[in-house]
Amino acid sequence: MVTSLDPRIRRADLEHSPASSGLNPNEHWDTFAIFHQDKRGTAHEFVGIVHAPDPEMALVFAKEQYGRRKKTVNIWAVRSTDIYTFQHKDEDMFSTVPEKTYREASGYPVRKRINKYLEELKAMRHKPVEEEEEA
Amino acid sequence: MYGNAYIENDTKLVQSAQVEDPEKLAEFEARIARGEKIEPDDWMPAEYRRQVLRMIEQHAHSEIIGALPEGTWITRAPTLKRKLALIAKVQDEVGHGHLLYAAAETLGKSREAMINDLLSGKSKYSNVFNYPAKTWADIAVIGFLVDAGAIVNQLANAKGSYGPYCRALERICYEESFHLKQGYDAFVALATGTPMQREMVQDALNRWWFPPLMHFFGPPDTISVHTEKLMRWKVKMMSNEEMRQDFMEQYVPKIWELGLTLPDPKLKKKEDGSWEYTQPDWDEFFRVINGDGPCNKERLAVRRYAEENGRWVREALMNPTIKHIVPYA
Repeated sequence: MVTSLDPRIRRADLEHSPASSGLNPNEHWDTFAIFHQDKRGTAHEFVGIVHAPDPEMALVFAKEQYGRRKKTVNIWAVRSTDIYTFQHKDEDMFSTVPEKTYREASGYPVRKRINKYLEELKAMRHKPVEEEEEA
Repeated sequence: MYGNAYIENDTKLVQSAQVEDPEKLAEFEARIARGEKIEPDDWMPAEYRRQVLRMIEQHAHSEIIGALPEGTWITRAPTLKRKLALIAKVQDEVGHGHLLYAAAETLGKSREAMINDLLSGKSKYSNVFNYPAKTWADIAVIGFLVDAGAIVNQLANAKGSYGPYCRALERICYEESFHLKQGYDAFVALATGTPMQREMVQDALNRWWFPPLMHFFGPPDTISVHTEKLMRWKVKMMSNEEMRQDFMEQYVPKIWELGLTLPDPKLKKKEDGSWEYTQPDWDEFFRVINGDGPCNKERLAVRRYAEENGRWVREALMNPTIKHIVPYA
């Protein structure tokens, strides 16, 4: 016999409610990945998942779960099964060549080359003068 | 909100844990020692998976059940501001439950399976929610002290090794700080109020200190090989006794400062800085975990009711193509 302090629970008449048959597999639906945007123009960021029967309900739940406190301007919901991904265990596929400075601006020291050339030029111009002095 | 950081109730299974590949195990332990987080698709020992899953699952159930004692008082909150705060807090607790179920799901157990285990009594939740919130002052004490205990526990767990759990806890701790502050505010409002309000909050304190709050972090741990392993794996971050001491150090002075008392004549700070206190009745702790607390039946009956009576809504949403039926009359 449940005698609750909560009037709403007393009204629910738990004694006469049907016994639980337990939840069936997937009764709480599939999951959607939720992407949150806090400011117009910034990227949506993955913040977590919700269980929902369809994308519209996913947005409704996501608004409650991920938009109830911090600033939110927009939310995306993507069915988890629609996300295609590599496996983390395969991350070595991203290490192709050991050194990738050839893809960076910093990999091209142009000024160094110019300075070296100018130094050489200067040395060549002064050379004859030095020879004259010796003579 | 969460407590009883770690309820160990099936030692037999622990002993029969399977033998792991020593090379993989060494690499796994080295990663944890380096402070790396373990992610869902990483290799992990079966025992680690089982322990982390059970801990997160218990935590999730505690959040969902924890909404019930406080929910009791939403309809009767004393002011509009307190009512708004309480609704927001209860909504947060349910939200925490969802975040934690999601973290637990990454370890391979479905949300439906977890809820079924909660309803059947197989999965446990924090004992503290098996005690009734008799007056509004109980809500103040829960909001202040139960959430304070939860923060001690969760800040420790947030430094653990399982990535999804740590990330969920980060957000949870942020929201709990609001819970604690609004609870403290309600507590202080009563403690600095009329004589009747002071009496009310003192009465609530007396009922909540023994046993729920003193049971909150669980019995002092027996230091076993098993516990050491869980600490090495950063599943368990602090011993129950360390957390209880941390809690008393932070919050007993805040209670005494208001001229309120705690129902433990032994309670005092020792010269070495630790707190002396009367051991609560640990037999009662285990009795309540196993179903024999003042509110266990009610809490589970409400969850069952909600699942059963929400089914038609879920089914309707699941099958939006259902045909229109011509009315009989």
